[in-house]
Amino acid sequence: MSYSSVIVSIFLMAFIILLTRILPFLLFRKKELPEVLSYLERNIPPLIMLLLVLYCLKEVKWTSAPYGFIEFGAIAVVVIVYLWKNNALLSIVSGTAVYMFLINVLAST
Amino acid sequence: MIFKAAFRKTIPVMFGYVPLGIAFGFLLTQAGYHWFFAILMSVVIYSGATQYLAINFFINHAALVEIAVTTLLLNLRHSFFGLSLIRKFSGTSHVKPYLIFALTDETYALITAIDEPEQRSKTRYYFFISLLNHLYWVTGTLIGALLGQVFKTDLKGMEFALTALFVVLAIEQYRKIQSIKPFIIGAFVGIVCLVFIAPKYMLLASILSGTTILLLLRNRN
Repeated sequence: MSYSSVIVSIFLMAFIILLTRILPFLLFRKKELPEVLSYLERNIPPLIMLLLVLYCLKEVKWTSAPYGFIEFGAIAVVVIVYLWKNNALLSIVSGTAVYMFLINVLAST
Repeated sequence: MIFKAAFRKTIPVMFGYVPLGIAFGFLLTQAGYHWFFAILMSVVIYSGATQYLAINFFINHAALVEIAVTTLLLNLRHSFFGLSLIRKFSGTSHVKPYLIFALTDETYALITAIDEPEQRSKTRYYFFISLLNHLYWVTGTLIGALLGQVFKTDLKGMEFALTALFVVLAIEQYRKIQSIKPFIIGAFVGIVCLVFIAPKYMLLASILSGTTILLLLRNRN
């Protein structure tokens, strides 16, 4: 793609993304939030958080070795360390370290 | 201090954004595009999934319509994010446009996980979180784009920090809402969509169907 087409595409994408981000604020700026929306406001964040976890696992090959065990093992480390120490950073670092170790060990065998 | 508190909250995002930004900058420059484009994209688009996809668009000479529709579908979830932030963002007058522009998955996750601070510090707190995350993404991109013109790097596995971040934030969400309903719905639609929907649309499809189920189950608790 030529440089000018790339520039046009970049600003087109930027505009559309801004539109998706700004839309709810434009529609509901003045009005009081209806009951149904405050129900969604409470329930959508936990829903989306779980979906983002699953989305992160979309490339995992469940039907061939190691059947997602590496991802599950690393997630288990994250959960256990977080429940145990209640420290987000520590739990993320240990989970990622375990994941990177396992991935690189498997790649070298 | 507000900045320090915001910085500490964003450290996990830094571990996710910097390596992912490096990978993006690296890939785009390897595809033959000047590092300046990588920076421009991370500043004005600021959406990981979209930017990775854009590399394919550029290489395959995609039509503008195709780019527009795919970008819209891929990012429609942001409208749901905003929906749950209308109240939180009220009274953040002068930085509100930037907060809305910089509303990524991770920034949304952090802001919704934080208990509402006092009104006066709220504006600055949200602003610092949004700005720091944006800076991590741009910094990572810059490093990757410059590396991409010189070296080959291997960052295998580091992106798992993002998965881990979402896991931790899901636990925090549970502690806040004290209800397993949204998680059961999420697990159900998430797994169904992982199996039946193309990865590109999995997030959008699962959010739409999950929200629909939430609405249907509103009166039964």
